[in-house]
Amino acid sequence: MITKRIIPCLDIKNGRVVKGTNFKGLSDVSSPIELARFYSDCGADELVFYDITASYEGRQLFTDILTKVASEIFIPLTVGGGINTVDDFDRVLKCGADKVSVNSGAIKNPLLIREAAHKYGDQCVVLSVDIKRVNGEFRVFAKGGREDTGIEAINWIKQGVSYGAGEIVINSIDTDGVKQGFDIELLRLVCNEVNVPVIASGGAGNMQHFIDLFKEIPDIDAGLAASVFHFGEVAIPKLKKELKSNGIIVRL
Amino acid sequence: MIAIVDYGVGNLFSLISSFKKIGADIIVTADAEVIKSSDRIILPGVGAFEDAAKKLRESGLDKVIIDEAVKGKKLMGICLGMQMLFEKSYEYGCHKGLGLLKGSIVPMQDSIPANLKIPHIGWNALHFTRESYLFKYIKNNDCVYFVHSFYADECSDSVIATAEYGKQLTAAVQKGNIMGCQFHPEKSGEVGLNILRAFCEME
Repeated sequence: MITKRIIPCLDIKNGRVVKGTNFKGLSDVSSPIELARFYSDCGADELVFYDITASYEGRQLFTDILTKVASEIFIPLTVGGGINTVDDFDRVLKCGADKVSVNSGAIKNPLLIREAAHKYGDQCVVLSVDIKRVNGEFRVFAKGGREDTGIEAINWIKQGVSYGAGEIVINSIDTDGVKQGFDIELLRLVCNEVNVPVIASGGAGNMQHFIDLFKEIPDIDAGLAASVFHFGEVAIPKLKKELKSNGIIVRL
Repeated sequence: MIAIVDYGVGNLFSLISSFKKIGADIIVTADAEVIKSSDRIILPGVGAFEDAAKKLRESGLDKVIIDEAVKGKKLMGICLGMQMLFEKSYEYGCHKGLGLLKGSIVPMQDSIPANLKIPHIGWNALHFTRESYLFKYIKNNDCVYFVHSFYADECSDSVIATAEYGKQLTAAVQKGNIMGCQFHPEKSGEVGLNILRAFCEME
């Protein structure tokens, strides 16, 4: 059977990894290439690079780095951040990305999903959604979680899948940064509504949170996190062993 | 020298990078003479079968690849490139493949349980069903990375490994000098590189 995936996410700004790290043996902790190699060697199943650069020069730097990472690291790479057009897809896919994640760009223009899926295949298009509870409903937020779009989340996700999104990343704003576990209620709801892979993001604070995620929602495909991996609170080799001993199928 | 056939189907970046990583002498080409003078051939491919088969036919490279394979040159198809080695595909109609291996490409839909997601995407374990030199540096149950919605069926004489996804799906095939992987060795970490390494060293 398909293994459950563990995915570290690297935020990149002007060619450097933003969130600090403190791994032994890394000479340059903010080098995306060194960190990517470290995670790949640790058994990460996939890597997400999130480009939070705004400037044109920064974007160029990002694609240079992506090219270097993709020449050295042979696991699936997903790229997100600033993807607004099919040309943006083209730019990062040429540098070796396998999947491209859209968020605000798809809210502005939902047909971006359809165009990209048509050109590159559904498997290439990842719809990333930032969700927060507002007045008893799940709302989609844009611009890095700062702006309430008023859009109901489940309908938006279903629309995205019908347009060709091949995978969904659910980032719960309510649980993000709190480190009290993933948003099981929201994730279960999404898994019941769509038949494409769903990746959980936001809330992981320790290994047990990953075990709970996969045990409570057997349909969830992957757990994504940033700081718990970067700060060494959760070590991926140990996490995978622990998941396996809990009966969850992982790649060791 | 290994000829990677470039017939305009999919992005070859990772495949080229992974061969470079293992130090293989490669050339990316659409030139029949270069393919003829190579000592091994890689047939890549991502996308729809009909479109890829058409492009290969229009380029005239289909005949070159068939001739070279029949003469005994080592040929490996990857993903859609593996599917192209078979007689035909039922992906949106019925389309003719290269016919180098017996069998046909069929949809997963209706042949795996409805609760399983399609495409089959992610890391899955290989189950060896026959010995192959391709597995020289890897172990049974090693995981590789898959992305596909169609699979090779009725190919019992060439299947060398399967992956369990509601049923045993064809994961790798070999018949003498002609072989293929349904998964992406160029995205399967060390295990994938080791399969490519074995292909390069195969006598």
